[in-house]
Amino acid sequence: MPETSRRGLLFGASAISAGALLTACTSNEPKNAQPASNSQPAADDKPGKPVTIGFAGPQADHGWLNAINVNAKSRAEKYSEVTLEITEGSNDTAAQIGQVKTLINKKVDVLVILPADGKALTQVGLEAMRAGIPVVNLDRIFASPQAYRCWVGGDNYGMGLNAGHYIGEQLKGKANAKVVELAGIDNLELTKQRSQGFADALKNYPNIKLVARQAAEFTVESGQAKMAQLLQAQKQIDALWNHDDDQGVGALRAIQQAGRDEFIMVGGAGAKSAMDAIKADNSVIKATVLYPPTMAASAIDLARALGQSKGVSGLSEMEIPTSLTLYSAVVTKDNIDQYLPTGFN
Amino acid sequence: MTQPAPSAQHNGPDKGALAGPSDAPPSKTGGGRPALGLRLDVRILSLLGVLAALILVGGITEPDSFLDTGNLQLILTQASVIGVVTVGMTFVIISGGIDLSVGAMVALASVWATTLATQEYGFAGIAFTAVVVGLAAGLVNGVLIAYGGMVPFIATLAMLASARGLALQITDGKTQIVTVDSVLNLGLPDSYFLGIPPLVIMFAAVTVIGWLVLNRTTFGRRTVAVGGNAEAARLAGIDVRRQRLYLYLLSGLCCGIAAFMLIVLAGSGQNTNGNLYELDAIAAAIIGGTLLSGGRGTIVGSVLGVLIFTTITNIFALNNLQSDVQQIAKGAIIVAAVLVQRRTLRGGET
Repeated sequence: MPETSRRGLLFGASAISAGALLTACTSNEPKNAQPASNSQPAADDKPGKPVTIGFAGPQADHGWLNAINVNAKSRAEKYSEVTLEITEGSNDTAAQIGQVKTLINKKVDVLVILPADGKALTQVGLEAMRAGIPVVNLDRIFASPQAYRCWVGGDNYGMGLNAGHYIGEQLKGKANAKVVELAGIDNLELTKQRSQGFADALKNYPNIKLVARQAAEFTVESGQAKMAQLLQAQKQIDALWNHDDDQGVGALRAIQQAGRDEFIMVGGAGAKSAMDAIKADNSVIKATVLYPPTMAASAIDLARALGQSKGVSGLSEMEIPTSLTLYSAVVTKDNIDQYLPTGFN
Repeated sequence: MTQPAPSAQHNGPDKGALAGPSDAPPSKTGGGRPALGLRLDVRILSLLGVLAALILVGGITEPDSFLDTGNLQLILTQASVIGVVTVGMTFVIISGGIDLSVGAMVALASVWATTLATQEYGFAGIAFTAVVVGLAAGLVNGVLIAYGGMVPFIATLAMLASARGLALQITDGKTQIVTVDSVLNLGLPDSYFLGIPPLVIMFAAVTVIGWLVLNRTTFGRRTVAVGGNAEAARLAGIDVRRQRLYLYLLSGLCCGIAAFMLIVLAGSGQNTNGNLYELDAIAAAIIGGTLLSGGRGTIVGSVLGVLIFTTITNIFALNNLQSDVQQIAKGAIIVAAVLVQRRTLRGGET
């Protein structure tokens, strides 16, 4: 049928041109791209003996994890003698075990592992340690201390605690203050720890009551949906703590859509968009509690020190410590400039 | 919008040719038609009953926050994005297929439409990209299934994986914030038309068009015929392959529209968008009475299914119930809704 073929031809041509137009639209490069950088390396800067560091992390499917990868890579590039063997991130436990085993077989000098699931990867951590490769365990902790030489991670309980204390101080003297909590994924232990810390901090302030809590999923979409419901349920509140700045983008959208501004909002994790808003000081968000992705850079520093059998400068110990819990800093307008470079997109 | 009346109207004995999808099975006797009409009514009525019961529960437990216009706007807005996806899914399921890639297509379309390069083209660029990416993904599904001979389950599962992967590649795990004011403003109260959010109007429009297409066009009747018995449809002269291609294209189109709506709602694009939409859309369609094996289903039922889900979520959140309780209760309510429906149906037949 000639009619059909002509139609087909037209359709094909338009599909191809639309495709060509669209592929030009996948670019996401800002005009002057600059990766999230951070301050100078903490350890001794002088080049030492060559070290190969193997790095295995989960799939960087959201801002914070992505910043982890960027921080690890850029820190490794700062040292001329460090070679970074980085695996493709995976959220699948079996796949990640395979990747770590590959790195062990390659006989890297030191391993840095951010497990998709800390407990599930304990065994492969043990295997590496037995093979004589020191493991730096990043953030999500292994079940056994034998599986790592050094653990570096954030303080989730402290994050909730510091958010609670900040809100408590801001609402001091306000009778019957109402606080709302927008939590992260409830299946994760870190969410429980953050909520526990927050609740414990609020106990110090008898004038404050936690009136509602809903769990979102670290995504913008879920943040918008859950926040919209929370605002509908609570007609008047004094403060909001949101566990994660990624879902906070959605939460801020819901707040804008509801036309509410009677409260202060405190974020978590430290996304650049949240920091920009804090600096601009034109929305409800007044602070964010940091869960710094710079810990990946610190892990690279520690791995390098381990590979070169050095201690950490600034400490008088001969060896590097077995665990390093990072402080969950509260970032407000006053200290924002110091932290802005660590914000992730 | 949720009136069951229209489907009853065209069940007169002289309008057999125009009969809706649920009338497809031939009746044994001439007097069977009114009974079948009643059957459809009972199905929709039982859904309305469930919805009314939920509204009662919401009104009693949280009278202050549940029963006001703000909450009605909220429920309808939250239902709108998944609702549009469900309309497309309903067509596909009626035809005997399944589209597991809807969530991934929404994610891909929403991130493609919010890249910095696309945003330079403003409102039109974002809307165009979202719709065309949805259509293109649907086209790939359709070609693979209709002409490549792949099982829908497998073809769309493959699309689910690839589209999510491509979405992640485009965003690089970052949240793409929209800075185009005309798009952002569409989601704010200032642009509500007579108190109705634009997203809800779009949802209503897609529902009405979907209803018309399914019940009043040859395309709709062919969809039901293909789902009821593909071989019989082929022998009756329907180009089954082309019909299937169009149906997956339609599902892709709905996902593209939904992606644009999600961009307006959330003010951003993220590769995690549309998480588990496939399950929500399938569940809503099935609660709405669409047969998973194809050949039967209604748009009104599916939309009611979506509204029931959204209302449940809303009531739980207003009562400050946590996600563990929410999930347990949601599962129980799905089972209860389907059981109630079956029971009423059996009562209506005998």
